[in-house]
Amino acid sequence: MRTDRREVLKKGALVAGLLMQSLGYLRSANAYQQNAFDAKSVLDLYKSLGLSVPVESKQITLTTPEIAENGAVVQVAANTTYNNIKRWIFMVEKNPVPLVAIFNLTEDVTPAVTLRCKFAQTSDFLAVAQLNDGKVFFARKEVKVTLGGCGG
Amino acid sequence: MSDPMRIRLQSAGGLTTVKVLMSHEMESGQRKDEDGKIVPIWNIQDVFATLNGRVVMSSEWGGGVSKNPFLQFVLKGTKPGDKLSITWRDNKGDTRTDEAVVS
Amino acid sequence: MFSFNTPFKFVLKHLGAALLYAYAWSAFAQAQQLGVSTDAALAQYRSMLQDANPADLYVAKGQALWTKARGPKAQSLESCDLGLGPGVVKGAWVQMPRYFNDTRRVQDLESRLVTCMEAIQGFNTQEIIAQDFSKGERANIALLAAYVSSESQGMTFKVPQEHALEREMYASGQELFYMRGGTHDFSCASCHTQDGRRIRLQDLPNLSTSAGAGFAFGTWPAYRVSMGSIWTMQQRLADCFRQQRFPKPKYVSPATVALSVFMGVNASGQVADAPGLKR
Repeated sequence: MRTDRREVLKKGALVAGLLMQSLGYLRSANAYQQNAFDAKSVLDLYKSLGLSVPVESKQITLTTPEIAENGAVVQVAANTTYNNIKRWIFMVEKNPVPLVAIFNLTEDVTPAVTLRCKFAQTSDFLAVAQLNDGKVFFARKEVKVTLGGCGG
Repeated sequence: MSDPMRIRLQSAGGLTTVKVLMSHEMESGQRKDEDGKIVPIWNIQDVFATLNGRVVMSSEWGGGVSKNPFLQFVLKGTKPGDKLSITWRDNKGDTRTDEAVVS
Repeated sequence: MFSFNTPFKFVLKHLGAALLYAYAWSAFAQAQQLGVSTDAALAQYRSMLQDANPADLYVAKGQALWTKARGPKAQSLESCDLGLGPGVVKGAWVQMPRYFNDTRRVQDLESRLVTCMEAIQGFNTQEIIAQDFSKGERANIALLAAYVSSESQGMTFKVPQEHALEREMYASGQELFYMRGGTHDFSCASCHTQDGRRIRLQDLPNLSTSAGAGFAFGTWPAYRVSMGSIWTMQQRLADCFRQQRFPKPKYVSPATVALSVFMGVNASGQVADAPGLKR
């Protein structure tokens, strides 16, 4: 099947926006990235983070539940076979604030990170891996959020 | 005073899986209380882990992290006796540090 | 193959029926398949959270409350008798509700905690009863319940039926369980007497069976992720009443205790696994 270049670029642009602020992050490594956590949309998050266009990669594996019984607590995990990962950026695309967490990794930890996040509604979970050489890759996976019933 | 975290370590072959359950309300600033007023943002912003005093992982969180956050990561090259310390700091300036020893 | 001699209407009628049947069967089969994969997906979601149950944080808080000098009398609850002697917490929960000599009545965990909080610590029972769930001392009772129930983790239920009042309460609980009422003519049994049923994606345990009762009675109190707090059995029952369009039950009333006796006795031999984790 022919890969649709437009699709690839669109996906990449989406994630680029999410990461645009990383330039700012590098300048002030210890400052809390308030701008990133204020970004109300994926596009805004692009602007506030700042990075090169990320490419979708099968070297990133996401572990997420297919269905979340409740959006308040959804356990997500990201791992990668890239061995020089510098930073993870976890996002829930359709949350009012898409950015959930930024993880800065060292050589003393493996890339595998798990976190429990809030999902405001059925949404894709996105994990972006920024490597030491500046390359950025991402993977995305949908989590369906349900209305449970009577709360048992 | 903030409540203690629950840290569980599982070691095998030099790798130690760290499982941390933190006690924190993590108000995202999106929720409304019974009177319809927005509950103000109150969440952990910074988390970092040190092994024998050296920072091995740091993290920035927003209100999208669940209440009573759970975090899991894996330490490399650990040996029995290594001391792991985890610290969080929230937007009100509260902070909490708990420790665990690799067995 | 139909021959051209077959009457057209005959063909149509039976073809129609065959198609309808095939459609119904495929829909049924699809629903079954959806059911199986949904169940598996939900099981995966739940197991991911079970590894580090936020309820553990509340067990720690409850334990701290148990040992803390509180109330007008500034006493801890460490002399509270939960049925196995003063201060004995381990294994007490799986033998509740039970009859207590000092109060001359059958009490569930929360009723008994209220008794101890008044007698030992000087708290006011009526104030606790008037309070809302998750507030004030009722919030503290939830923490205490999480702690006490955790001290029976993995033990089997043996809710006693030795005293006449214990047996009477079982009979009352059973009657209440099957009693239809309210604007919608619901009973507990309306939802809780069949296997494998659910409301939306919420499983409904069959409380008339040992396994179902054991699961339900053995996993409340529980951390409810949607509430971000511990709910006790009394709170669960009160919410059931609300959902059945029944009047609000009085906190730790005999009716609510009777229902717990019914479930608890039905749960005999099942393994306790509280505090649980719920949606």
